[in-house]
Amino acid sequence: MKYARFLFYTLTSISLLSMIMTLVFGCKPHNPVSAVEGDAAQKVYVAPGKYDEFYNIVSGGFNGQVSVYGIPSGRLLRIIPVFSQFPENGWGFSEETKPMLNTSHGFVPWDDAHHIALSTTNGEHDGRWAFVNGNNTPRIARINLSTFRTEEIIEIPNSSGNHSSPFLTENTEYAVAGTRFSYPMDDDNSNPDVSISTYKQNFKGTVSFIGINPETGHMGVSFQVMLPGVNFDLSRGGRGPSHDWFFFSCYNTEQANTLLEVNASQKDKDFIMAVNWKKCEEYAKAGMGKKSKVRYAHNVYDDKVHSATSTIETETIVLDPKELKDIVYFMPCPKSPHGCDVDPSGEYICGSGKLAAVIPVFSFSKIQKAIAEKNYEGDFDGIPVLKYDAVLHGEVKKPGLGPLHTEFDGKGFAYTSFFVSSEIVKWNIEKLEVVDRVPTYYSIGHLCIPGGPTRKPWGKYVIAYNKITKDRYLPTGPELTQSAQLYDISGDKMKLLLDFPTTGEPHYAEAIPANLITPKSVKFFKIEDNQHPYVSKGEKEAKVFREGNKVHVNMTSIRSHFVPDNIEGIKMGDEVYFHVTNLEQDWDVPHGFAVKGANNAEILIMPGETCTLKWVPDRVGVFPIYCTDFCSALHQEMQGYVRVSPRGSGVPLSFGTGNKVEPTGTTK
Amino acid sequence: MSMFSKTTILLTILALYMGACTSKKEAEDAAKQSPTPSEIAANQPEVHGMEVKSIELSTPLNKEWVTVGKAAYDLKCLACHKLTDEKLVGPGWAGVTKRREPVWIMNMITNVEMMLEKDPEAQKLLEQCLVRMPNQNLTQEDARKIIEFMRSNDGVK
Repeated sequence: MKYARFLFYTLTSISLLSMIMTLVFGCKPHNPVSAVEGDAAQKVYVAPGKYDEFYNIVSGGFNGQVSVYGIPSGRLLRIIPVFSQFPENGWGFSEETKPMLNTSHGFVPWDDAHHIALSTTNGEHDGRWAFVNGNNTPRIARINLSTFRTEEIIEIPNSSGNHSSPFLTENTEYAVAGTRFSYPMDDDNSNPDVSISTYKQNFKGTVSFIGINPETGHMGVSFQVMLPGVNFDLSRGGRGPSHDWFFFSCYNTEQANTLLEVNASQKDKDFIMAVNWKKCEEYAKAGMGKKSKVRYAHNVYDDKVHSATSTIETETIVLDPKELKDIVYFMPCPKSPHGCDVDPSGEYICGSGKLAAVIPVFSFSKIQKAIAEKNYEGDFDGIPVLKYDAVLHGEVKKPGLGPLHTEFDGKGFAYTSFFVSSEIVKWNIEKLEVVDRVPTYYSIGHLCIPGGPTRKPWGKYVIAYNKITKDRYLPTGPELTQSAQLYDISGDKMKLLLDFPTTGEPHYAEAIPANLITPKSVKFFKIEDNQHPYVSKGEKEAKVFREGNKVHVNMTSIRSHFVPDNIEGIKMGDEVYFHVTNLEQDWDVPHGFAVKGANNAEILIMPGETCTLKWVPDRVGVFPIYCTDFCSALHQEMQGYVRVSPRGSGVPLSFGTGNKVEPTGTTK
Repeated sequence: MSMFSKTTILLTILALYMGACTSKKEAEDAAKQSPTPSEIAANQPEVHGMEVKSIELSTPLNKEWVTVGKAAYDLKCLACHKLTDEKLVGPGWAGVTKRREPVWIMNMITNVEMMLEKDPEAQKLLEQCLVRMPNQNLTQEDARKIIEFMRSNDGVK
């Protein structure tokens, strides 16, 4: 009897459980567990001490940073601070890096980092730089892939909502920037005080071409193209035959300024815009643009002086396609296009209409023919609109719901992400036929194939960056990590291999073979080359000196002490600058530095580098300083004290380590 | 059957089972694909020191080398080594050229990782000091000049 009751309870609870399971998971596309095949673990296992095959350079979205993962393991290798302050290493907190976050609006310590573009030569990865855009306060940053540090940030003038950025031309001649948010621009290109409802009359958009120095990577705004007020969304440079062209997706050609969800979804077709950048370059050089008075910040970090400078620039060249007739053309594209991706051959441009039931594929040679024959269906604000049928290679019918982005494997296949139907669809570019589809968990945004946006895709994997995580990991309250997924694409069928969590909210990412980066990776900065104005090259050069109410501490750190580690003679009202030089000359021996009560972060100083922490004491007393990075067996001993005396006190400035505590003068 | 042997059998079965899951060959194949850290380190352009077998010393000292050696000492060694026999982080340098062979000193400067792994004397020093001597990335040329400065510090003319 007892046994029977037990069996009854068990059966009841099993059926209840399965009912609950059906309710919870019934709406999900497929059973997540059954999608993984037996050999998946071996394909992503990177044994201890072994390296991953690819670096995955991933935008951090709303964290304003870039993160680096190893593929196929999905291990997080590094977070590179870019547009956001990063207390972990003092980025944007140290005196040297504060200028990097300067803009025409002053210090802006955050941005929304969307897209990665790795530098290319002849359309192939060269492993030199990674570019990333800031969407909110329009900016483009350049990261050096030998130091994995942000070296340069340029603000984009005459812009707002820098989304279709920082995509590159084939030889990294230019990075582009486009306005997602058009805004009022008058004849002087200032932002006048007008009613928001005058969008159609007053609002304009621009696309900018940011020239890149082939040796140094330094950026400058070369020219901008003034355009009608629509939303420029994503873009890609041409390659091979389409080398001279750049393609931008445009939505909100309805020119709505409110409830865009409805009002910008009215037309059956919006546009893909084709820009002949080579012609633009020619016209800009010939002086056929209009000079525009602007203000934008240009910030450059130099690892010889280990410091950044910020310069405000005041002029750009603006080209008007209404006067220069052969630089811009619109092509109708269904419906509210997002992705605008060029295949490795440079012949095909794939538009992904978020609300469209087809993927239109445009043919570059047909575009050229239509332009030559002036095969227009009309114009949009004075810019010619080419006939859809004249430029179309064909449409992929019923591919899925909500296409967003397309990557390529170099074998004639395209891989498109579908947000609404939550899947990756593989299709044949020539035949426009779907050949495979796999579910993603859940609602994929961008996707990445190593080398996918280049002339020479490395293939092997596709990575999905999903927008919704839900039940993929242990729950951590209402806020969850973002979920990425790795698929094997080496065979005919895509196979799910791995889920891995990511930081921030990744948008676009690129992956590059490790061997293009590891041989160039810097291990430390040569102390002999350090030209920081407050460097101490050896402990003999360490000193403390006063300039008015500024006290400079030129300090050294080496395992396991600071020189000086006892400082007296600081007074209330002083600003203290600790310029800490790390004397180590070996890989992976940073020292940290922090002081009690500083309204600041720590600084983390790499071997051979000098970093400065500013401290304004707020009270009298003795304050500890210490190393924050566990550096050696005697790390806990790596500490010291700073004495702060009342304003006007007679305590002389003195400093030392060990026995020698020497008095010092009041000048340098 | 004792508890011990039951556990042993269980563990053995478990081990066999796990062994079947990931075959050794596949793991080795996977390992072959990616370069090892030492392979990558070997391709690094910077100097990591080579094992030095012999050094020729001569008198009188090369005055220029002594000066350059002193400058390198000020920048990269002084933080831990005094010129007297007093220990700071590492041992004081007074008498070092009499206690140690020049090749030993050269290898400690240019190839300290190898010395701490293989050389009993270097290992004894690590036990005393408890701080691994840093690789300060000095070339053999730099190190030779530092030895000249050490000899001068020890009274050689």
